[in-house]
Amino acid sequence: MDLYSLTLTEVAKKIKNKEVTIKDVLDDIYSRIGEVEPKVDAYITLTQNKAYERAEKLQQKLDNGEDIGVLGGVPIAIKDNICTNGVKTTCASKMLENHTPIYDATVIKKLEDAGAIIIGKTNMDEFAMGSSTETSYFKKTKNPWDLTRVPGGSSGGSAAVVSAQMAYASLGSDTGGSIRQPASYCSVVGLKPTYGLVSRFGLIAFASSLDQIGPFARTVEDAALMLDVISGHDKMDTTSANLEKQNYLEALVNDVKGKVIGIPTDFITDGINKEVKEAYDKAIETLKAAGAEIKEITLEYAKYSLATYYIIATAEASSNLGRYDGIRYGYRTQDFSDLEELYRKTRTEGFGAEVKRRIMLGTYVLSSGYYDAYYKRAQQVRTLIVENFKKAFESCDVIMIPTAPNTSFKFGAHNASPLEMYLEDIYTVPVNMAGLPGISVPGGFDSNGMPIGIQFIAKAFDEKNLLQVAYAFEQNTTYHKEIPKIEEGK
Amino acid sequence: MSVSRDDVKHIANLSKLNLTDEELEKYTTELSDIVNFANELSNINVEGVKPTAHILDIRNVFRKDEVQPSYDREEILKNAPSKDAGCVSVPKVVE
Amino acid sequence: MKEYEVIIGLEVHAELSTNTKMYCNCSTTFGADPNTHCCPICTGMPGVLPVLNERVVEYAVKAGLATNCEISRFSKQDRKNYFYPDLPKAFQTSQYDLPLCIGGHLDINVNGNKKTIGITRIHIEEDAGKLIHDAYTGDTLVDMNRCAVPLIEIVSEPDIRSADEAVAYMQTLKSILEYLEVCDCKMQEGSLRCDVNLSVRPVGQKEFGTRTETKNLNSFKAIHNSIEFEIQRQIEVLENGGKIYQETRRFDDVKGIGYAMRTKEDAQDYRYFPEPDLAPIILSDEYVNNIKDNLPEMPHIKKERYIKEFELPEYDAEILTSSKKTASFFEKTNSICNNPKSVSNWIMGDFARMLNEKEIEIDESKVTEENLAVLISLIDKGTISSKIAKQVFEEMFETGKNAEEIVKEKGLVQMSDEGAIKEICQKVVDANPQSIVDYKAGKDRAIGFLVGQIMKETKGKANPQIVNKILLEIINNL
Repeated sequence: MDLYSLTLTEVAKKIKNKEVTIKDVLDDIYSRIGEVEPKVDAYITLTQNKAYERAEKLQQKLDNGEDIGVLGGVPIAIKDNICTNGVKTTCASKMLENHTPIYDATVIKKLEDAGAIIIGKTNMDEFAMGSSTETSYFKKTKNPWDLTRVPGGSSGGSAAVVSAQMAYASLGSDTGGSIRQPASYCSVVGLKPTYGLVSRFGLIAFASSLDQIGPFARTVEDAALMLDVISGHDKMDTTSANLEKQNYLEALVNDVKGKVIGIPTDFITDGINKEVKEAYDKAIETLKAAGAEIKEITLEYAKYSLATYYIIATAEASSNLGRYDGIRYGYRTQDFSDLEELYRKTRTEGFGAEVKRRIMLGTYVLSSGYYDAYYKRAQQVRTLIVENFKKAFESCDVIMIPTAPNTSFKFGAHNASPLEMYLEDIYTVPVNMAGLPGISVPGGFDSNGMPIGIQFIAKAFDEKNLLQVAYAFEQNTTYHKEIPKIEEGK
Repeated sequence: MSVSRDDVKHIANLSKLNLTDEELEKYTTELSDIVNFANELSNINVEGVKPTAHILDIRNVFRKDEVQPSYDREEILKNAPSKDAGCVSVPKVVE
Repeated sequence: MKEYEVIIGLEVHAELSTNTKMYCNCSTTFGADPNTHCCPICTGMPGVLPVLNERVVEYAVKAGLATNCEISRFSKQDRKNYFYPDLPKAFQTSQYDLPLCIGGHLDINVNGNKKTIGITRIHIEEDAGKLIHDAYTGDTLVDMNRCAVPLIEIVSEPDIRSADEAVAYMQTLKSILEYLEVCDCKMQEGSLRCDVNLSVRPVGQKEFGTRTETKNLNSFKAIHNSIEFEIQRQIEVLENGGKIYQETRRFDDVKGIGYAMRTKEDAQDYRYFPEPDLAPIILSDEYVNNIKDNLPEMPHIKKERYIKEFELPEYDAEILTSSKKTASFFEKTNSICNNPKSVSNWIMGDFARMLNEKEIEIDESKVTEENLAVLISLIDKGTISSKIAKQVFEEMFETGKNAEEIVKEKGLVQMSDEGAIKEICQKVVDANPQSIVDYKAGKDRAIGFLVGQIMKETKGKANPQIVNKILLEIINNL
C-alpha cells in the first residue's frame, strides 16, 4: 500500500511506531506530487530542502526517544496567503510574486511545534478573492475529480492537494466559504472554525472581520486533530478568543442520538441544483436513521448574507490592500516619472481584474455619501443575521445545509458575470457573517461524478458538537472513501 | 442608487488604479450589477439595530508597554524594491 | 480698511512618551539610525495585526482629565485611508466619531487677562514615518522608526483670536502635558507640534470666513509668525476683492512666509471605518476615577500654593510653575536651604539666562538642586557675597563643581574682619585724595569709585556692608 493514501492519523502513528521513517513518508509524498501535480497544478511553491532538513531533525529526536508531537513528521500543505518565514508567500498575485516574509504566522509555529513538516504552498484565488481559484496569477488548479473543472476557491489548491493525496492535510482560509466550498467540490473535509478560535496573525488579510484559518483533511478525525493543533488564544491577535483550550478529539463519537439537527427550509429554495438537493435530503435521512432529531427552523435574514458580505468584505479589503503600493515590498512598476505614477502603475499592473473589482466596490461603499447606505446598513443587517442564528440555535444543536448550491463547474463558466459566481457562496457566507463554525463533509456525487458537500453549522465555539455530528455522518456514509481518478471527466 | 462612469472614475482614483476606456465601461456595468443586488438591503428595516463591527464581544484588548528587540534593518528592507542609505527609496515627494 | 476678526482653532499633536509604539513592542526612542526601530507590525507587512499599548489609553485619559474633558466610556479606533510613502499600511489608525475624550477646556493667561479656550476632543492615533530628501539622488528616503509612535491629537474650539492667544494656549497645554509626564514636549524633535486653522471675517459678520490649515508648526515662534502672516495674507486677499480657498498650507520659518501645498485633483475622501482588527475601548468609572485620583498637581493649583506657602509674588509663582521641571527644581532646592525668594531669584535670573544661552533645560544642567542650595546657604551665612556668588555660580554651571569647593579652592570667602577692612579702606582713601575732594563737593559717585578700588584690593571678597560703613566713617572723620 502506498503511504500517501493513508490518513494523517494513520501515517503519524506509523512514524511514531517506527514502521516507517519520516524520510520514507516525505519521499513518498514528493514522488506522488511528481506524478500528479503536473495534472492538477495545485502548488505554487514546493519546499523540499527545508522539509528534508526538518525531517532529519525530527527523526533524530524520535530516535532519541523524544516526543515529536501529534503531527510528528507529517507532510502538510499551506495556502499561499499564510506567512512562512523565508518561504515565498504570494497570495497568488503578481503583486507578491517574489515576496518572502520575515516571520511565521502563528498557525505555522503551532503546526511546527506539533511536529508537522511544511511541504509546499498551495494555489488560490488572488488574495483569496474568488470561488474557483481561477483568479490566481500563476496557474489554474484543476479539480482532481475532473481536470476540466475548477477545484472551487479560494483555497482551491489546499483542497486539491488533499483530494489528490499530495498532502495529508492542509490549511486554507475562509472568508465567505473559501474552505468549505472547495472541500465540497473536491470531496474532502473542510472546517472553518469560529471567528477568533484560530489566530489570524500572519494570515494576509482579505476581510479582517470575516477571515478565519482552518484545515482540510481526508477525514473528520484528521480535521479535528488539525484543529486541536492550530486553535488557541494568541496575544498577537486582538480578535483571538481567550478561552480554555478544548480537546476536539473527544468529540469523535459516532452517536447523534438525541442531537437536534436544524433544517432551514426557508433558506434552501429555487437556486439549488436538483442533484444537490437530493443528496441533501438523503443526508437528512442518514442522520435521522442514526437517531438524530430533525427539526425545521427559519433563517429569514440568511438570504441577505450575500449582499451584506459583498459590502463588508470588499470595504475591508479595499483598506487591507492599500499597502500594496510598490514601496516597501512586492511588485513595483518598471517605468514611472513620479510617485503618483508609481502608485497607479504598480497597482494597475500588480492586481488582477477580480481584485481590482473588489477594491473598487469596497472603496465605493466606504466613500463619502455612501457609507450609511451601504457599509453601516450592512453592519446592521449583519446584526440581524447573528440574532437569527442565535434564535435558531435555541431549538437545535447543529444546522445542516448543502455547502454549495451546485457542484464544480467548467473553467471560465462564470467569466461573463462576476455576480453569478458570487451566488455560489450563498450557503457558506451566512456562517462567516455570524462568525460561526462550519464544516463541509463529503455527501455524495452528481451524475457527472462530481462531489457534493454537506455543511454543518454550530454555535460559536461549539466545535465539539459540530465535529461529533460531522463524524457520525461520515461514519454512516462511504463518500469519503471514494478516491478521484485525476483525469478528465465528462 | 446605481454606479455611474464618473463614480467608477472617482473610486479608481481613490484606489490608485488606472482604467482604460474599455475597463471603465466594463467595471461600470459590473459594479452597477453588484450594487443593484446589494440594494436589496435597503428594503430591510434596520431602525434601532446596532451595527456589528465585531462578531465577538471583545473589549480592552491591550498589550504591556514593554520594549522587545526590533528586527534587523536588513530584514525589514529585504523585500523593498528600491533602497538606499538604510531606507526605502521612493521618487521625490513634493508638497 | 475694514476691521477684521480672527478665528483660530488649533490641532495639537503630542507624541506620547510610552516606551513602545502604539501596536507593537518596538522602542519609541528618538534619534536612532533609520529603520532600526522597526518590525513587521509597524512597517505594515502583509499578515500582521495590531495590539494596542495599554499605556496609550492611560496617557490619553490623563490628558483628557487634566483638560476638563469627559472621558468616553465607549470608544473605538478607526482607519483613515490614504496613500503616502510615510504611511506603511495606507491607512492611519485614528479615532473618528467616538474619540476617547470630549468637551474640555483650558484657562489661558494673555498679558494678564484670563481667557477660557474650549477643547472639542482628544483622540489617540499613530504617527507616520519620516521622509528624508536625498540631495544626491533627488529621491525621497523613508525612515519608518516613527511609524506608529502613539500620539494624542488635541482639537480646540475656534475660540482663539490672536497669535498671542494661540501661543499662550500652546504654552499652557505644553506645561500640562509636561506635568502629566505623558509627552516630553520637545518641540524641536517634533514630539509636540500643531496645525493652525484660521479664518478672518469683517467685525459684525455672523458666519465664519473660509479657513485655511497651516500644518506642522513646531516652535512657539513658528506658531506666532505663521498666524501673523496668515492673518495679513487673508485680509489682503479680501481687501483686494479676492477669495480665500480652503487649503492646506505650510510655513517656512526661516523665510517667514507661508505657502499653499500642492492641491490634488480629487478632494480627499478618507473613507473612515471602524478598525476590525482592534477591540472597542470600554472604560469603567473605577478606571477613570483611579487615574483622576492620581493626577499630579496641575500648574495653576501649584501656583496658588507657591503664593500662599512660600509667600512668593504672583509673577515668580507663575514662572516657576510654568514648567514642571523648573517647579520641581525649585521645590527640591528650597527644601534644603529654605529661602524661597532667593531660590526663585536664582532660577529666574542668572540660571535661566545661562540655560537659555546654552539652549538646554534645567534638568540637563550640571547644577544640581543640592548645589544651588549650598550656594544660597553660603550667601545667607555671609560666607560669600552675592557678587562673589555670581562668579561661583558661573563656575558651577560650567563644571558642575560644588559651591563650597569652588569657594575654598579660589579663596573666595568673604572678608568680614573690620580691622583688616579698615586698613584697606584707609590705604585707598590715602591714595585717592581727589576723590575725597569730589565727594565733599557733593559728587556721590566718588564713593562708588572708592568702593570699587577697595573691592579690587580684596578681590571682591570684602563684605560690602562693612566696607560702606567703614569708608563713610573714615571720610566723615577727615
